[in-house]
Amino acid sequence: MSTEALRIVWIYPDLLSTYGDRGNLLILAARAAARGIPVETYEVRSDQRMPNSADIYLIGGGEDGPQALASQRLIADGGLHQAIQQGASVLSICAGYQLLGHSFFAKGVQCAGLGLLDIHSDRGETRAVGELRGDIDPRLGLPPLTGFENHGGRTHLGQHAAPLARVTGGIGNDGQTEGAWAGKILGTYSHGPALARNPAIADLLLKWSTGADRLAPLDDTWSEKLRGERFAAAIPA
Amino acid sequence: MTERIMILPVWQLAVMFRSGTLAGVTDGMPLIAKVATSVSKTAAALSRAAGRGDGSVIGGWIGLKIDPDLLAHLAAGRAVALVSGTNGKTTTTRFTAAAVGVLGRVATNGYGANMPTGHTSALAKEGHTPFAVLEVDEHYLGQVIDQTKPQVVALLNLSRDQLDRAKEVAMMAQMWKTKLAAHPEIKVVANADDPLVVWAASGSPQSVWFSAGQRWLDDSFVCPESGHPIERAQGDWWCTGCPLRRPRPSWVVEDGGVFDPNGDWHLVQLQLPGRVNIGNAATALAVAAQFGVRPIEAVHTLKQVASIAGRYAQVDKEGRNIRLLLAKNPASWLEAFDMADQAPTLLSINARDPDGLDTSWLWDVDFAPLRDRPVLITGDRAFDLAVRLQVNQVQFRHVQTFDEALRSVPPGRLEVIANYTAFQDIRAELDRVN
Repeated sequence: MSTEALRIVWIYPDLLSTYGDRGNLLILAARAAARGIPVETYEVRSDQRMPNSADIYLIGGGEDGPQALASQRLIADGGLHQAIQQGASVLSICAGYQLLGHSFFAKGVQCAGLGLLDIHSDRGETRAVGELRGDIDPRLGLPPLTGFENHGGRTHLGQHAAPLARVTGGIGNDGQTEGAWAGKILGTYSHGPALARNPAIADLLLKWSTGADRLAPLDDTWSEKLRGERFAAAIPA
Repeated sequence: MTERIMILPVWQLAVMFRSGTLAGVTDGMPLIAKVATSVSKTAAALSRAAGRGDGSVIGGWIGLKIDPDLLAHLAAGRAVALVSGTNGKTTTTRFTAAAVGVLGRVATNGYGANMPTGHTSALAKEGHTPFAVLEVDEHYLGQVIDQTKPQVVALLNLSRDQLDRAKEVAMMAQMWKTKLAAHPEIKVVANADDPLVVWAASGSPQSVWFSAGQRWLDDSFVCPESGHPIERAQGDWWCTGCPLRRPRPSWVVEDGGVFDPNGDWHLVQLQLPGRVNIGNAATALAVAAQFGVRPIEAVHTLKQVASIAGRYAQVDKEGRNIRLLLAKNPASWLEAFDMADQAPTLLSINARDPDGLDTSWLWDVDFAPLRDRPVLITGDRAFDLAVRLQVNQVQFRHVQTFDEALRSVPPGRLEVIANYTAFQDIRAELDRVN
């Protein structure tokens, strides 16, 4: 950890915050605070410099125009690249996930991404909207993923990125795999407040950034009820 | 759309046609439109009689099947105002119909049936009226402009709402802008405090700006024209990268009333709660003024508007005074917290088709204002809300049914805040209160 307090940055909420993306910041901060870990949170707007010394970076979903703009600014800024070289963790969602890759499509044009994840994205024939679920890569030691997806993109993984999950319902990257991870970077199409349904992912990010092997358990009764309900809900064909 | 579609046998349609009245509204219409109007009215009456709904959709649905141009035929010869936006449409439409009513009879879709089927039903039902005031779903505004040739269009606001299905907010603004630029004859009454609305109306030569304040800002941090950040200070806003900025409003809400373009201030007294409804009332006066209604003549009519399809309704049951507040999206939740008394509060959340299937918007709402009162939660998606409230440090209790909620609070006021289908469910428990 770079300083005493755990530092969490929400990247460009002015551009990438379409679907309750703030939830991930709130959940991470609450779960850290509940373990007695001091937390500082920063909302860094697109007209501000991106700090390179934080521990966790969150980047959320957005419309095509803001997505392309966010990618341009992050490439020009360079702060996120430096932070990752220094060992920061990243949770990227939907449009934010796409723009960490080599390229993505926005408004019908191929745009350069940050190249931090070995993925590239293009357009699917249909929009993927609905419940998403999958079995997470066993190396991460996490319970199954549940989320809601809403995206037109399809994402293809290179050899330096592993799927975050195998799809058991919904589309994800391509109907087979969902999301990607490499090092301490996570990407998912489970949009918006993905951590609300997947608190174990929040705890994984906290472990990565604090170096702790284990964290004190929290009362997750409501999260567990929510997860149970969502896994039991039928996925529309 | 809670109303079910009835499939009628052909013989029944024939009976309806013979028994239908063709006088009044249908004079001068093509025969097919007369038939369609008659059948539409009769089907609506049947739907009400059968207890299937309030008849505000079914009649128009059948009428449009018979004559696809029926809405245009029914609108011809009337002075039409359309009201659209994400929030406040139904209330503003009701206020506007009341205000324009000082000039003559007004046809209006007062029950929130805001798609062309609802417009068709409303116009067919009222017969010939000199005026029509129609609430329009924001996706259908372009189509309804083409069909009804309105003199006035009111644009209230644009924010995120059911994004799993709806067009994203900026696309909606672009659609409005293109349509209004192609119709310079329309007077556009538009919200100066909402950058997306201002941008959408900016191509129109006849804009009338109103200011009613705006609490929800999260969808307008970025300029829709240039993509640069929008700065705000003391109610003003401007783009940091292009000339788009807040226009000077000629109608301004202040101190529980409204300044008109002459600088005269009118006290607005309403039965409906909240600052947001003063804004809706002011907007209605601005729209009515485009038809020549002086605010001083119309402001008293607004006080007659009580609950609207259950919204703001108060019901006394088992010693509890239950008040129903509808909140459909983040912006309207903030307004509901502003209206609600500091009393036990039941929150109910569903995510069925009319609500949107996605509950992520719960994280765009700050529920902290509820920390000082007892909170109960229910609905199909109560667990999503539970996780949100826990992180928001709001204490709550989960109840399975509305009755359980009622029994869990002491006699006195119970505020109920619910999203669309959850609201309808509770309204059904209360005998479909209006």
